[in-house]
Amino acid sequence: MSEVLVLVDAQNGAVKKPTYELLTIAKRLGTPSAVFIGAAGEAAGVAEAVKKYGAEKVYVIDDAQIKGYLVAPKAEALAQLAQQVSGAGKDLAAILLPSSAENKEVAGRLAIKLESGLITDAVDVEGDGTTTQSVFAGNYTVKAKVTKGTPIITVKPNSAAPEESAGAGEVETIAVSISDAAKTAQIVATQPRAATGRPELTEAAIVVSGGRGTGGDFTAVEALADVLGAAVGASRAAVDSGWKPHSFQVGQTGKTVSPQLYVANGISGAIQHRAGMQTSKTIVAVNKDEEAPIFELVDFGVVGDLHTVLPALTEEITKRKG
Amino acid sequence: MNIVVLVKYVPDATADRRFEADNTVDRVDVDGLLSELDEYAVEQALQIKEKRAEEEIEVTALTVGPEKAADAVRKALQMGADKGVHVIDDAIAGSDAIATSLVLAKAIEKLGAEKPVDLVVGGLASTDAGLSVVPAMLAERLGLPQVTLASVVETQGNQVRIKRDTDVATEVVGGTMPLVLSVTDQSGEARYPSFKGIMAAKKKPLETWSLADLGVDASQVGLAASWSVVEETAARPPRTAGEIVKDEDGSGAKALADFLASKKFI
Ligand SMILES: Cc1cc2nc3c(=O)[nH]c(=O)nc-3n(C[C@H](O)[C@H](O)[C@H](O)COP(=O)(O)OP(=O)(O)OC[C@H]3O[C@@H](n4cnc5c(N)ncnc54)[C@H](O)[C@@H]3O)c2cc1C
Ligand SMILES: Nc1ncnc2c1ncn2[C@@H]1O[C@H](COP(=O)(O)O)[C@@H](O)[C@H]1O
Repeated sequence: MSEVLVLVDAQNGAVKKPTYELLTIAKRLGTPSAVFIGAAGEAAGVAEAVKKYGAEKVYVIDDAQIKGYLVAPKAEALAQLAQQVSGAGKDLAAILLPSSAENKEVAGRLAIKLESGLITDAVDVEGDGTTTQSVFAGNYTVKAKVTKGTPIITVKPNSAAPEESAGAGEVETIAVSISDAAKTAQIVATQPRAATGRPELTEAAIVVSGGRGTGGDFTAVEALADVLGAAVGASRAAVDSGWKPHSFQVGQTGKTVSPQLYVANGISGAIQHRAGMQTSKTIVAVNKDEEAPIFELVDFGVVGDLHTVLPALTEEITKRKG
Repeated sequence: MNIVVLVKYVPDATADRRFEADNTVDRVDVDGLLSELDEYAVEQALQIKEKRAEEEIEVTALTVGPEKAADAVRKALQMGADKGVHVIDDAIAGSDAIATSLVLAKAIEKLGAEKPVDLVVGGLASTDAGLSVVPAMLAERLGLPQVTLASVVETQGNQVRIKRDTDVATEVVGGTMPLVLSVTDQSGEARYPSFKGIMAAKKKPLETWSLADLGVDASQVGLAASWSVVEETAARPPRTAGEIVKDEDGSGAKALADFLASKKFI
């Protein structure tokens, strides 16, 4: 069977869940190979983790010449790997990357280098390479397929349930040469975001969000999130007011989330906000205005003041959990 | 200094956006406008020009799109861009990001042949089916550094420094002009055209180029040359109306807890 390359998403050597989702999807298309671009010292641990989800091979590319620069070196490294794999007489069925702003840019450059078609933000990929995307603020679903070269597909988190299966996890170190031309946008400083101790917004099964209606006090929103084991999100109005950093923003110009449950509190439901949450499986809202457009989307809505409803709900859930 | 701003004409997000029979975005019958996210790109280009008032800086707004796309360029001229270029050709209809980036790259090369281009500025994404990839693809095609998705932009001499938010960190990225820059909606409110700006725009040059002017063959662009194909589009079924309850003396929280329990969330 032909190989499918899956770019690993890992932080400090810890593999993130979307990687396992992509490996699960890769098995539908061919034989999954994980690609780890990172510190050589972390490779063994990453290999151990990904082989549990079916990675037959683990290509390791040392990032010493890559990590200090934006996008271009990563695209070069992946292009060289793809050429080595297909040059060795093997078929390359697809290249899958977790959808993030950076990976989409990497994929875009890679598509031009490999003269291959690109599909971004897929929410599903079938065995024949047909992808599903959600467009126009989630109002349409689109099925598409790459028709040229090696399909390059970026896949959103939560697009598949990770399935464990033993792979050989054979580690192969790949030497790449990064051109000087690719090292022209230099990362001069990096400020890691403080850990919230909560699940990552785009990966979480439950997201509890707050908007302008919180009046800037997210205590009740956060308490509810914690009792549900949820991530916390925010509308742009809440972000623009400085109540939460931009990394919390859900919507067209923030994160797109598609959790099992989305709880919108004090959020009116503007189209740009919907664009980021409309595909959630179950939607619940608390808003004091019964005319708020968010209620058009909900499976269950409470017309009321979030400052009283949320604490009461948190208490009720705590009580029921015993 | 020569700045090129990429502006795209998109269907209005608040109107009823739809697909045509061939599964391409309907860009003709639906009301359109300059993509809101590209207004931020125009704004940053104008701010660079204003901050460096002692230099001679020309800002050119460039679009690739159908007849009405000229409106997007006009809006950029009203905001303060100096001249406009509209690439229009029947063959371009249905182009994907890969083909669009090719046409944009050739247009920038043509502009550069007249006077070197120092800075190409794009937006965060097209507000229609945007991928947020065109600026990166342009950098790849033009062989220029890419300094993209900036929330803060600073320039000094030929140096550009930006702030960029990733999923896990905030980065400061630097590059030397010529380069490709893109900016997010965090980069600062875009200005409204003033009455004076609207009047002045009428006299500003707006050139129209065809593929032949760019030396691009029609077979390289359009739906047929696309490296991927849309097989099916479907309107998402409307969500079935849910239950809405009024909170009275704590009844709302209990009802919501019951609902969450029925769905096994608690
Ligand atoms: C180009 C562009 C991109 C955008 N991108 C995004 C994006 O990515 N994400 C995003 O969210 N927005 C985005 N927006 C902004 C969007 O249009 C809305 O302005 C924004 O979503 C409104 O946020 P909100 O719902 O919190 O505030 P509002 O619309 O002001 O709504 C507040 C709601 O809270 C309710 N409320 C008030 N007090 C209480 C209370 N005590 N208890 C319960 N309810 C209460 C009110 O009834 C109201 O419905 C974008 C806009 C543009 C132009
Ligand atoms: N047809 C076009 N004409 C001019 N600029 C474009 C066009 N398509 C994309 N762009 C630019 O590229 C950015 C990203 O677009 P996209 O990759 O389509 O989301 C936009 O914000 C524009 O600045």
